[in-house]
Amino acid sequence: MNLALNTVAIATVVQKEVVRVLRIWLQTIVPPAITMTLYFIIFGNLIGRRIGTMDGFDYMSYIAPGLIMMSVITNSYGNVVSSFFGAKFGRHIEEMLVAPMSNAAIIIGHVAGGVLRGLMVGALVTCVALFFTRLHVEHLLVTISVVLLSSIVFSLAGFINAIFAKKFDDISIVPTFVLTPLTYLGGVFYSISLLPEFWQNVSRANPILYMVNAFRYGILGTSDIEIATAYAILLVFVVLLFSFSLMLMNRGVGIRE
Amino acid sequence: MKALSIKGLEKTYQSGNQALRGIDLEVGAGDFYALLGPNGAGKTTAIGIVTSLVNKTAGTVEIFGHSIDRELGAAKACIGLVPQEINLNLWESVHNTLLYQAGYYGLGRKLARARTEKYLKELRLWDRRKDSARSLSGGMKRRLMIARALVHEPKLLILDEPTAGVDIEIRRSMWEFLTRINEAGTTIILTTHYLEEAESLCRRVAIIDEGRIVEDAKMSTILRKLQHETFVLSLVEPGANKPRLTAFENVMRDDGELEVIIGPGQSLNELFAELNAQNVRVASMRNKANRLEELFLRLVESNSDARDADA
Repeated sequence: MNLALNTVAIATVVQKEVVRVLRIWLQTIVPPAITMTLYFIIFGNLIGRRIGTMDGFDYMSYIAPGLIMMSVITNSYGNVVSSFFGAKFGRHIEEMLVAPMSNAAIIIGHVAGGVLRGLMVGALVTCVALFFTRLHVEHLLVTISVVLLSSIVFSLAGFINAIFAKKFDDISIVPTFVLTPLTYLGGVFYSISLLPEFWQNVSRANPILYMVNAFRYGILGTSDIEIATAYAILLVFVVLLFSFSLMLMNRGVGIRE
Repeated sequence: MKALSIKGLEKTYQSGNQALRGIDLEVGAGDFYALLGPNGAGKTTAIGIVTSLVNKTAGTVEIFGHSIDRELGAAKACIGLVPQEINLNLWESVHNTLLYQAGYYGLGRKLARARTEKYLKELRLWDRRKDSARSLSGGMKRRLMIARALVHEPKLLILDEPTAGVDIEIRRSMWEFLTRINEAGTTIILTTHYLEEAESLCRRVAIIDEGRIVEDAKMSTILRKLQHETFVLSLVEPGANKPRLTAFENVMRDDGELEVIIGPGQSLNELFAELNAQNVRVASMRNKANRLEELFLRLVESNSDARDADA
């Protein structure tokens, strides 16, 4: 593999992705910020006052890390799935396929683009959260590493979705029927300690629970799960999803006849 | 070294359609090569395999000695592709379209910018560099795809019907441009439906039909295979009596033009000698059909007849 060539190619894909995100900022950056503002107003401010505290924190502070993570996850996923499927649909994916850049470089470039959009939106939602509550970062390294790894995992998942998608409906099925329910049930709005034991165990099968709680641990210092378990799950997902993406690209699934 | 060497190339799609049935093809470095064939003959599939957009079923492909099985990256670096269908990111600016393509080939930022400017100017798109690709006319989009294919300065340029749907003026300017870059050393493979285009540009030609190469030779050699050629003569006095041509098969058309068939061993000098002897003056003369078109149709028809006989 030509490292210099692939480094330039990855940087080019990232540049293309960032330019795309900024070009259509009204679709990519603003809507999640507005949605999260509404969550803060309705759940955090209006309803939250009646809920009281959760794990020793006022409700607004408790849900803020979860909402930030939710926006990072959905935007990382959404960016890669729409960008890569759009390139497939418009056939300009061929620009990359005929070039000598490696399949790994194509994946890494798109995933980096997804991570950057996730982080841009996450930063904006954090700014919005600061209007409603004060956030102290308890464990900076945990906060940064968990948000990065979670963003990578969901960017990879979006990439795989785009590879298999044949029509635009196919890129909205997973976010609507899988991603959103798992996120809402992933401890964004509540601690799983409130659930009966059976549902606590069911919740533990949801990988998003570990990401949300690990991120909450980074910011607030509280978590429903073991942080080491969260890291292990994140790393396993990164390796598995990247390997699977690479295998699909090498076989030409969905992109070569 | 051959620019392209294809041996025993086969492609069967999942649908069962056997698009290529073992083609062999060699294109020399510096050639201007035409790949002709009717719709569905396998041209685009062959190009797809060479450019790694289509997976092959069997056979080998080498580009400037680089096998697509063993040295895919090196093989890809030698090729520039202008596909048949518009595959631009229509929302991207003209400038960034080239800049990104240069990046995918590993060109550093400074060189990528220089090449982008060079080829946008060469293809007369520099003034539109800030516009999105979707705002360009059909001919401009074709030119942008050519510029995109050239930005890494490939040794082999493959154009799959590059002038389809563009007006004659743009087509002529594209021909001049392609001739210029071929003379500068770029090997060119062209598929086209405009046989006049192939005849005027290409030095070698392969004809592909039903997934098989049915002819592969120099353009001059292939045109010599024509057994006869039909010319249409406009006479200065079309109302006068029909000339009596003893040595040439001919017919006077209703519009007063004379059709004459020049057979093997005959020459135009002999025809004009007869016409002069009868004091018949010719105002102008043209081929009834493109010469390559006549040959192409004959080869494709004979291939079809052979298949029917086998069946």
